[in-house]
Amino acid sequence: MIMKLEIKNLHATIGDREILKGLSLEVPKGEVHAIMGPNGSGKSTLSKVLAGHEDYQVTGGEALMDGRNLLEMGIDERSREGLFLAFQYPVEIPGVSNANFLRAALQARLPKGEQIDAVKFYQHLYQKMDMLKMDRSFTARSVNEGFSGGEKKRNEILQMAMLEPKYAILDETDSGLDIDALKIVADGVNAMRGPDLGVLVITHYQRLLDYIRPDVVHVLADGRIIRTGGPELALELEEKGYDWLLKAA
Amino acid sequence: MSAVDIDRSVGDFSYPENHTYDAGFGLSEQTIDYICNVKNDPEWVREFRKRALKVFNEKPMPTNWATKDLEAIEFQKIRYYLSSGSQPKRSWDEVPDDVKRTFERLGIPEQERKFLAGVEAQFDSEAAYSNIQKAVSDQGVIFVNSTEGLKEHAEIFRPWFGKVIPTGDNKFSALNSAVFSGGSFIYVPKGVKVKHPLQAYFRINSEQFGQFERTLIIVDEGAEVMYMEGCTAPKFETSTLHSAVVELVAMKGAKIQYVTVQNWSANVFNLVTKRGIAHEDAEIRWIDCNIGSRLTMKYPGVIMKGRRARGEVISIALAGNGQHQDTGAKMIHAADETTSNIVSKSISLGTGRSTYRGQVHIPKHLKGCKNNTECDALLINSSSRTDTYPAITVRGNEHACQHEASVSQVSAEQIFYMQQRGLSEGEAMSLSVNGFINDLVREFPMEYSVELKRLIDLEMEGSVG
Repeated sequence: MIMKLEIKNLHATIGDREILKGLSLEVPKGEVHAIMGPNGSGKSTLSKVLAGHEDYQVTGGEALMDGRNLLEMGIDERSREGLFLAFQYPVEIPGVSNANFLRAALQARLPKGEQIDAVKFYQHLYQKMDMLKMDRSFTARSVNEGFSGGEKKRNEILQMAMLEPKYAILDETDSGLDIDALKIVADGVNAMRGPDLGVLVITHYQRLLDYIRPDVVHVLADGRIIRTGGPELALELEEKGYDWLLKAA
Repeated sequence: MSAVDIDRSVGDFSYPENHTYDAGFGLSEQTIDYICNVKNDPEWVREFRKRALKVFNEKPMPTNWATKDLEAIEFQKIRYYLSSGSQPKRSWDEVPDDVKRTFERLGIPEQERKFLAGVEAQFDSEAAYSNIQKAVSDQGVIFVNSTEGLKEHAEIFRPWFGKVIPTGDNKFSALNSAVFSGGSFIYVPKGVKVKHPLQAYFRINSEQFGQFERTLIIVDEGAEVMYMEGCTAPKFETSTLHSAVVELVAMKGAKIQYVTVQNWSANVFNLVTKRGIAHEDAEIRWIDCNIGSRLTMKYPGVIMKGRRARGEVISIALAGNGQHQDTGAKMIHAADETTSNIVSKSISLGTGRSTYRGQVHIPKHLKGCKNNTECDALLINSSSRTDTYPAITVRGNEHACQHEASVSQVSAEQIFYMQQRGLSEGEAMSLSVNGFINDLVREFPMEYSVELKRLIDLEMEGSVG
């Protein structure tokens, strides 16, 4: 089987506007890829289309996860099959505690009739929270409600750690983070790196990539990948901006 | 869901079984006489009923402020009294599959399922009930049905009966006063704190589930009790009108908590009058959850008659497709330094409609009264509806009163987020709704809150996709 997240000539629209215009990309399992690009290039659209957000219409192309057609799956099915999206703006769910939410999400992955072992669940949860330097009181707090920007992003990484996806997309996970929080989040992601996880890091800035070193960097502009290179490409972008690439394209 | 009929009056332990009493359709003086004769009512009760019938006939329908849907009630097509053995029994095999599935999903024990589905006349709770009764009667607590209460304990019963809610309070309290049967009578003597909640549930084989139950609870000075009625299991009714009256009396320093969880089938008009009088330093809390029915109208109230009395109404309403939950609270401040609190949350699904009506009355001559009102509505679908009618009268300037209301919708982004974590749309919706009422569910006794959660999961499943 082909173990990769594979996007081929993907076209997607919102309303009448085409945002993705033939985007192609491959993230093999075990690698960390970064997508950089100017505002409005389609970075967040890509993450939402892959997750199956209903505001977007896929008008052409393919998206495959380990050879399986993602686009035919429902939103929740994609998640259960191993696709995780760390949201740029995590959503608040009043009255639902973090622990209950994670439990429900893990429960949804079990065969019918099977129940999560509560003791093991909490052991596992506390271990991951320690890794992300999260206070135990987080378990009882409502999901993202009243969280600071940094707490929200850390919570996304906690969910990722608990759900153990095959492929994770981190959508502007660095936005709203101070340097300490950024390091904690990056450490968390780095701890999960390994042969069983493919990561796609979407970011506007080089900064995050100092802490999460990508294997490959892609540049997205106007709905297409216009350049692919090694980690040095990110540094070059940081230095020169995007203009020279856009002109070259 | 409503195709199953259950004989709810079967097993009334105040009458010999195997007897059949049926007052027939319609309501007249003869109906009242029939009921009185069957129940062997004292003469004062017969008079009380007949006066009530006149009041009922004279009073107009409250359609000037309430929904016109009330006009659909056909009073002449209702049986006002029905007892043992007057309905045919059925076998478990005849119970529709969807009903069986619902019981299973709610985790209702086998025995109770059979009773609720009308298979078994007797739910084997007699033992549990008599245990409770024995435990509390040792402390001097009286816990009997209202029929027994008015006969055997008239000296306590009669002075308060119909005093908290007069016959003429509204058309339906008059109707109940005319034809009541079943319901509980509880008296807790001075200083007795009843440890365990008293449950009508244990008396499932009594008249309790009658259409016109009448409950009177008197808690003497410094005493405390919690009473729970109903269960989350759907009640499959053939009768379309349920009209109860519940009166509570909390003497000086007494505490009463009255917990209701009801889940009516979609053809039922559930028109209930509930009110309590709280004397000095007394506290009355109504904790109320209304699910199902075609139309529920219920506004539990507290009259704070003594200084520093407290009243509270905590309510959850879930209006499913085609249903209307018209609920709220009445807080009448009648003494200094009285405090009331209303927290109401409603959820409307599909074409469901929830209405909040709240009355808070603080007159000018009082000092230091406080009221807090919060009502939050959650709309699930674009066809769902909610209305809020707060009527707050506060006169004088030595009071504190605050009112907050909100209407929210489960946002598409919230559902997307949860689905991205692997929950189905229905599961996401359930979780969101459970989150919305979470802080109120905690007010319910443990076993109810677990059942409530399951029930909401079940209701939500049908609302999406």
